[in-house]
Amino acid sequence: MSITNATTIDEALAALAVNPKARVIQGGTDLMVEVNFNRTTIDSVVSLRRVAELRRWHVDDDAHTLRIGAGVPYAEMERPPLCDHAPALAEAARTVGSPQIRAAGSLGGNLGTCSPAGDGLPVLSALDAVVHLRSQSASRDVSVHDFMVGVKRNVRRADELIVAVTVPLVTGFQGYAKVGTRNAMVISAASACLVHDAVAGTVRLALGAVAPTVVRARGAEAWLASQTSLVGTPMVSEALAREFGARAAAECSPIDDHRSTAEYRRHAISVLAQRLLLRAATGSATALRGIRQ
Amino acid sequence: MSNEFYRLRVNGVDHEVRDAWAGESLLYVLRERLGLPGTKGACEQGECGSCTVIMDGEAVCSCLVMAATAVEADIVTVEGLAVDGEPTDVQQSFVDAGGVQCGFCTPGLIVAVHHLLDRNPSPSDLEIKEAISGNICRCTGYGRIFEAVRQARDARAANKG
Repeated sequence: MSITNATTIDEALAALAVNPKARVIQGGTDLMVEVNFNRTTIDSVVSLRRVAELRRWHVDDDAHTLRIGAGVPYAEMERPPLCDHAPALAEAARTVGSPQIRAAGSLGGNLGTCSPAGDGLPVLSALDAVVHLRSQSASRDVSVHDFMVGVKRNVRRADELIVAVTVPLVTGFQGYAKVGTRNAMVISAASACLVHDAVAGTVRLALGAVAPTVVRARGAEAWLASQTSLVGTPMVSEALAREFGARAAAECSPIDDHRSTAEYRRHAISVLAQRLLLRAATGSATALRGIRQ
Repeated sequence: MSNEFYRLRVNGVDHEVRDAWAGESLLYVLRERLGLPGTKGACEQGECGSCTVIMDGEAVCSCLVMAATAVEADIVTVEGLAVDGEPTDVQQSFVDAGGVQCGFCTPGLIVAVHHLLDRNPSPSDLEIKEAISGNICRCTGYGRIFEAVRQARDARAANKG
């Protein structure tokens, strides 16, 4: 087994071009579990840990977008200043594993592994993120909706790296909520991200851990828009929020597994969607309260 | 890169790791190749925190670091915290508060608490809970661990004041 400790994206791409079978490692929080438990045979590894370009993020004020390098750790997303630009991402980041995991894990890793329970993915879906891929010969941008194609399957080609994602800066409430067996250090049994664009008058809802990939509840989104104006602060009654939740739950296709049951997951989605919509309507503070670090 | 050997900088000392399988975790290399058994291994999947070390200023699970990718990193283990063999303030507060029972989780907790207090000298109870949420203890019920962290926090504040 050989290791390339790349220091630039170009170096990593050159190594992948020579050996497309190489496994890519960023924080290691997924791949090393496979290695430690002998669940995988690895011929070679390209490590991105020292690629500084992947750890950068910046706001484009003209385009109203935020571009986040694939290697930016979750720990950075949950803290100022980055948390202010994408509050739902900050909330999701804060629910990932433990502080130790968040110091290592990244959106590039979440996308690369493409588990339907990845906590960053519902946020990227609700924000209609664009995934930036690069190989030695070409670059391409793929909508996150087209990027995820199945359980732990995505459209990244073996000679490509996920280098960054771009999300729009949205005016309005955005939030992430998840259910698991405990409050800390837990993989989602069900999760949801809601983004309210108060200018465009839209609500977007993405659901995690309840289908082979993260999915959007487009039926519930369209139904909500038909019921109430979503420009500015939306007027949402409890009954409307409950119906929104029920419609979202009807759009997922959960399974029974070691983490939960399909029935419970569907119920959890109805509650999470309802709760997030009511938060959007009341302008509730985010779950980041009380944390300074 | 040739895999015949690589260098790791641990507790300020450069070590050469020779003839190792390249997929070995930092946890394994620290314990089995470098003779630093203070870092404990239990779950090997980042769930328990007993293998916590500081790498480039961040507390991480050493079981999830591929050791051969940690070249050029500055690694601090629990062995690297004490000065001249004396327990650190955090270690002493764990003893004083009775925050140690079987002791298996203790090295990881000590590293995590040093990392917390070095970044945030006056953490609230919520911040303490969140900072050690990745360190599992099956003996104490955490009450005396929280007390130990508060004691260390308050003692640092008193020494400063």
